[in-house]
Amino acid sequence: MNIVVCVKYVPDATGDRQFESDNTVDRVGVDGLLSELDEYAVEQALQIKEKAGDDTETVVTALCVGPEKAVDAVRKALQMGADRGIHVVDDAIAGSDAVATSLVLARAVEKAGGETRVDLVVCGMASTDASMSVVPAMLAERLGLPQVTFASVIETQGDQVRVKRDGDSATEVIGATMPLVLSVTDQTGEARYPSFKGIMAAKKKPLDTWSLSDLGVDAGQVGLSVAWSEVQDTTARPPRTAGEIVKDEDGSGATALAEFLAAKKFI
Amino acid sequence: MSEVLVLVDHVDGEVKKPTLELLAIAKRLGEPSAVFIGGAEEAAAAGARLTAFGAEKIYVVDDAEIRGYLVAPKAEALQQLVEKTSPAAVLIVSGFEGKEIAGRLAIKIGSGLITDAVDVQEGPVTTQSVFAGNFTVTAKVTKGTPIITVKPNSATPEESGGAGTVEEFSATISEGAKTAQIVASQPRQASGRPELNEAAIVVSGGRGTGGNFEPIEGLADALGAAVGASRAAVDSGWIPHNFQIGQTGKTVSPQLYIANGISGAIQHRAGMQTSKTIVAVNKDEEAPIFELVDFGVVGDLHTVLPAATEQINKRKG
Ligand SMILES: Cc1cc2nc3c(=O)[nH]c(=O)nc-3n(C[C@H](O)[C@H](O)[C@H](O)COP(=O)(O)OP(=O)(O)OC[C@H]3O[C@@H](n4cnc5c(N)ncnc54)[C@H](O)[C@@H]3O)c2cc1C
Repeated sequence: MNIVVCVKYVPDATGDRQFESDNTVDRVGVDGLLSELDEYAVEQALQIKEKAGDDTETVVTALCVGPEKAVDAVRKALQMGADRGIHVVDDAIAGSDAVATSLVLARAVEKAGGETRVDLVVCGMASTDASMSVVPAMLAERLGLPQVTFASVIETQGDQVRVKRDGDSATEVIGATMPLVLSVTDQTGEARYPSFKGIMAAKKKPLDTWSLSDLGVDAGQVGLSVAWSEVQDTTARPPRTAGEIVKDEDGSGATALAEFLAAKKFI
Repeated sequence: MSEVLVLVDHVDGEVKKPTLELLAIAKRLGEPSAVFIGGAEEAAAAGARLTAFGAEKIYVVDDAEIRGYLVAPKAEALQQLVEKTSPAAVLIVSGFEGKEIAGRLAIKIGSGLITDAVDVQEGPVTTQSVFAGNFTVTAKVTKGTPIITVKPNSATPEESGGAGTVEEFSATISEGAKTAQIVASQPRQASGRPELNEAAIVVSGGRGTGGNFEPIEGLADALGAAVGASRAAVDSGWIPHNFQIGQTGKTVSPQLYIANGISGAIQHRAGMQTSKTIVAVNKDEEAPIFELVDFGVVGDLHTVLPAATEQINKRKG
């Protein structure tokens, strides 16, 4: 089986995230890392490989589109256990929107498959920075594959995939046949930490760097200047004014709370 | 004036409130046309409500052939409607399904997409809240037909009354769109409380509840509020995932949010930071949630909440 996991390099959510003067996300000034939500995708890809067994010769490839530093996201996936890494990096990609990113990812998935088809493209449920949650659906659209998305429980049997999806108004079971695009939620279970052995082994794993021309994507199709949507303005939210904080002593807290709610007309 | 397509979010013909909000937004941009994908009987049930809230046209797309498939067929139907009507914009409710339909549609019709708008004004210019609510962003689609997904509670439904002219639209659905099958579906059970993303007040509990949500539910019922939870409470198996608030759960923006036994991690804040008034009860005065609050009580929720609930019920008389 041939599995490709898409991993994004994002600014650390616990850091001080900012915008650049051109209204794109500052990806240089803040420490970045493999999006935590993509760790779940790597984990599930590895579990599917483990379940398939060694004799199926399953290969898990971690694929990242992003700036120079984004190679760290690929490395982390390799340390967790992915077999092979691909980093698509090209100055022209900077500032790309989801539409353009999905184009680059789609071409890279096709190239990653080479002579054999890619059976499974696994993604996280959203990025932790832009959190649009649309790239998996866009990838499925571009690749002409079924989408099995927002999976919280995953079962595979041969080329059959069945997942539980906590939809907007119902819990659903979704089924489809490989090849397909799968996206997984943080309900799928903790992602593994790279072991010392994994970290050492990762250094010897193949890691390819591709540019847009390697993918046959024209630089004019991606990047900020051709984005199909445009940010006009970004404003930091004014800090909330310090509220009143009381210490509960012998029931005083409950009384103060009820009084606050009454004063604000919530009762 | 151009039409503005609004994809109707409904369960068995019962139109959800966020769709009515979209109709109000559509009116700012052009003539609201509702797109109803479902059965004929359901469409009849939904028609009156859509008309009352401003739909000038209602396109009914019969779903007999596509029911039971995930997302892709709906995107195809919308694509064909966009080609037919050349609308000024397409509005869809922000949810798992809505965003995915929007994503596929954007690729199909070569148009820009904006997700999770909290406001849409003429232009259309959208407002979004990003980075866990720390920034407000205004944006515009610059190519094709703007496709915008809008969060619930972003507008007030207006009973403006439209013509509500019904038009059957038969979409041609490809076999390729019918590949991800909904094998089983279990509708969420009604809790008897307001829906989380529609509620004016949300009372939520975290790890500090120790698994006992009674004090949370008691306060919620006294205030007519919805119940929410942190991921820690969900991960502990105390409450189902559809109650989770935060980055990987629901985003709420109620008039009042009361966080109990919740520390206020950035991922939780992402789901509640834009609430109008924020209250917290936490026994640790250093808990980061107190940085956000308008009012906070440092204390044990197991004593503070039941006592406060009793006083509230008394005040209500
Ligand atoms: C990728 C990712 C996504 C995530 N998504 C979400 C999300 O969507 N939503 C979410 O909530 N979290 C999310 N998290 C988890 C988040 O980081 C926190 O771990 C989580 O929010 C903590 O929940 P908590 O506040 O209930 O628990 P804790 O952080 O353990 O806090 C418990 C609080 O309860 C207080 N307390 C204890 N006992 C009492 C008592 N008797 N009375 C009063 N107070 C008491 C303590 O002082 C403490 O402040 C995510 C994390 C990651 C990495």
